[in-house]
Amino acid sequence: MQHTLEQFFRALRAADVRVSPAEAIDASRAVMVTGYADRLLFKDALCSTLAKSAEEVDAFDSVFETFFARDAVSMPPPSDSPQGEPSQEDLDQAAGSPLAQAVLTGDAAAVQQSMEEAAARAGVAEIPPSTRPPLLTRRLLEGMGLEEIERITANARRMPDGAGEGLANRLEGARRNLFEQAQQFVARQHDLYAAGSAQELREERLLRKQLNADGGVDPVDYRLMAALVKKMAKRLAAKYSRRRRAAQKGHLDVRRTLRRSMAHEGVPFEISWKVKKVDKPSIVAICDVSKSVAAAAQFLLTFLYSLNEVVDRMDAFAFSGRLISVNDILDDNGVEVAILKVLQEIGFQQTDYGRSLQDFAENHLDRLDRRTTVIFLGDGRSNFADPRLDLMRQIHDRARAVIWLNPEPESYWAQGDSVMHRYARFCHVAKQCGTLEQLERVIDDVLRSYVPH
Amino acid sequence: MKTLTITPPAANAPAADPLVSVDALIDGLGSVGYIASRRIATALYMAVKLQKPILVEGSAGVGKTELALSTANLLGLPLIRMQCYEGLDESKALYEWKYGKQLLYTQILKDRMGAALADAADMDAAMVRLHGMGDLFFSEPFLEPRPLMQALRQDDGCVLLIDEVDKSDEAFEAFLLEVLSAYQVSVPELGVIVAKTPPLVFLTSNNVRDLGDALKRRCLHLHIPLPEAALEERIVASRVPGVEAKLTRDLVAFVQSLRTMDLRKPPSISETVDWARALVLLHADSLSPDLVRDTLNVILKFEQDIVAVEPQVVELLHRR
Repeated sequence: MQHTLEQFFRALRAADVRVSPAEAIDASRAVMVTGYADRLLFKDALCSTLAKSAEEVDAFDSVFETFFARDAVSMPPPSDSPQGEPSQEDLDQAAGSPLAQAVLTGDAAAVQQSMEEAAARAGVAEIPPSTRPPLLTRRLLEGMGLEEIERITANARRMPDGAGEGLANRLEGARRNLFEQAQQFVARQHDLYAAGSAQELREERLLRKQLNADGGVDPVDYRLMAALVKKMAKRLAAKYSRRRRAAQKGHLDVRRTLRRSMAHEGVPFEISWKVKKVDKPSIVAICDVSKSVAAAAQFLLTFLYSLNEVVDRMDAFAFSGRLISVNDILDDNGVEVAILKVLQEIGFQQTDYGRSLQDFAENHLDRLDRRTTVIFLGDGRSNFADPRLDLMRQIHDRARAVIWLNPEPESYWAQGDSVMHRYARFCHVAKQCGTLEQLERVIDDVLRSYVPH
Repeated sequence: MKTLTITPPAANAPAADPLVSVDALIDGLGSVGYIASRRIATALYMAVKLQKPILVEGSAGVGKTELALSTANLLGLPLIRMQCYEGLDESKALYEWKYGKQLLYTQILKDRMGAALADAADMDAAMVRLHGMGDLFFSEPFLEPRPLMQALRQDDGCVLLIDEVDKSDEAFEAFLLEVLSAYQVSVPELGVIVAKTPPLVFLTSNNVRDLGDALKRRCLHLHIPLPEAALEERIVASRVPGVEAKLTRDLVAFVQSLRTMDLRKPPSISETVDWARALVLLHADSLSPDLVRDTLNVILKFEQDIVAVEPQVVELLHRR
């Protein structure tokens, strides 16, 4: 039974329920207390030790029902078949094969047991997600001894005067039924173990995908990507808020404590603590949504949106030909609508970095002070227009840090109409960030070193 | 700091041991006025049998705190309650030194010191004698126990309720880990203090923030959902004696239909119970649209919600 529990833990992990060894031990102990007889008690006990949030409880319920499915194998009783109950001669014919005996007498438990054993031998639970289910079904049936049934059927058909015809038809029907059952069994196993890891595989691939590749993010993957970015932003937020709180804790202020103790004959009744002044950090994010970064724009905006949810004081701007503030759009809408609105308003025009920087300098320069970190998201391709480096210098001088994240690799930065190498001079950090993975690393660095806390 | 220690009268404890099976536990909780679903009782049963803390989640007012209170009542154990909030730290949760008394102690020591050391031959001899004296400055008599320490020091065990743990800081959460996994605390000046009898620990959370995995891993998890109509009717009947069966049915059905609406704060069990109490006080025996409109503020806590529901009262009443 311990083996079965282990398999169950694996299935849970595949369904995104985290089961640590400690929890596995707890669950096993819980089962020792409850026993296996009461299914509901067994389930609730496992649930309280393994599932640790409302979502995990839902996942647990569905995995449990699939894994410990009752009546996993159904066999029609032999009396339902057109030939009626099998005769003694039929059973004698099939004496060589336990499987044939079981299907002839309609013994579902025996068939199920045989299927489970064959599955364990064939390692159905360990299948890689790429294996095709039909192949597995075939392997499973062979393991159960289907060939025996086929041989007996063939023998029966060869008997003179059609004496074996009844048995042959009967076995033929049973074989079809077995085939269906095995198919369902494999599908269930696939749901339990392989579907989860296939999802993981997709997420992993997406993390490394070049986001400015032609066509951008596949619409199919888009939802998944939004979820990933959100997870990422949440992770950063957790880390980031923790650090800020730690910084707020003070040490004993010896001087002030001594001064205050004067009133009590030098006995330090009132203790005072050093208080660290916490600068409220703020971020100004400026995002390029023009034609040249069309493929990556969606991704950059998704990130901008998540960042806006995470950081308290953030001003977000988007530009292509001109620059606008998109704070309100990001605040008031869901992520998909917000992105669509930003793109409608300002997206996909001719890039003009100089003009956009001028817009920023004229209208929003007062947002920058010594506590502000400026994050540019863009490719630095200005269509051979004046890049207005003087404005960039001004931004650089006013802000605490300027960070430029470019979806293009560094080797492209001085080619064609790219002025990235010239802008880079006025940035504290200029990095390529073409994939989600790189982006997370860069932003982590940003929050750690450039945002005051 | 809200510290509450309730010692229930021993007569409350039923004769049969409620911990022999889950069904006995359901009956036992029922006898102290808590109608538990099977999942709740199983989680509680496992918590007792495995000696693990139990983390109770669910929206406000579904009876998370009440579960701990009822359990203490049922088992005849004292309840020690610690309300968490932002900024709660170990000096408020675990122990604090009695600084005033410590200062007085040093004053007394200073006064006595002259007499005790007067006959010492020289400075070195005086120092030797000083070291020989017992040092009471950091000792148990000067320790002011806070809820967690109190819980560990109960001889016969107790029920420890750490309420709304999600409101505390993450640092405090990490500090709880030692208490929850080993039922002990380390006081740097004294050493490790181990529980005489491990307390039964309840943590409740409203999901203001996600709790850390380390904390979750050490606890059994119980999520209390809003109840089905039948269960809710039983809860109302048990909590509000004197409410008529038909009224109970009607008001529970009304509340259940409110929960399907898109409200800022859908009413939970405590609101249903309050409403039933209010209706009993008003001597109402059936729900009329006017009565519902007048008492809507008992079940809905936001102006927008009341405004949204008010015009639909008649329709909601007739829906069933």
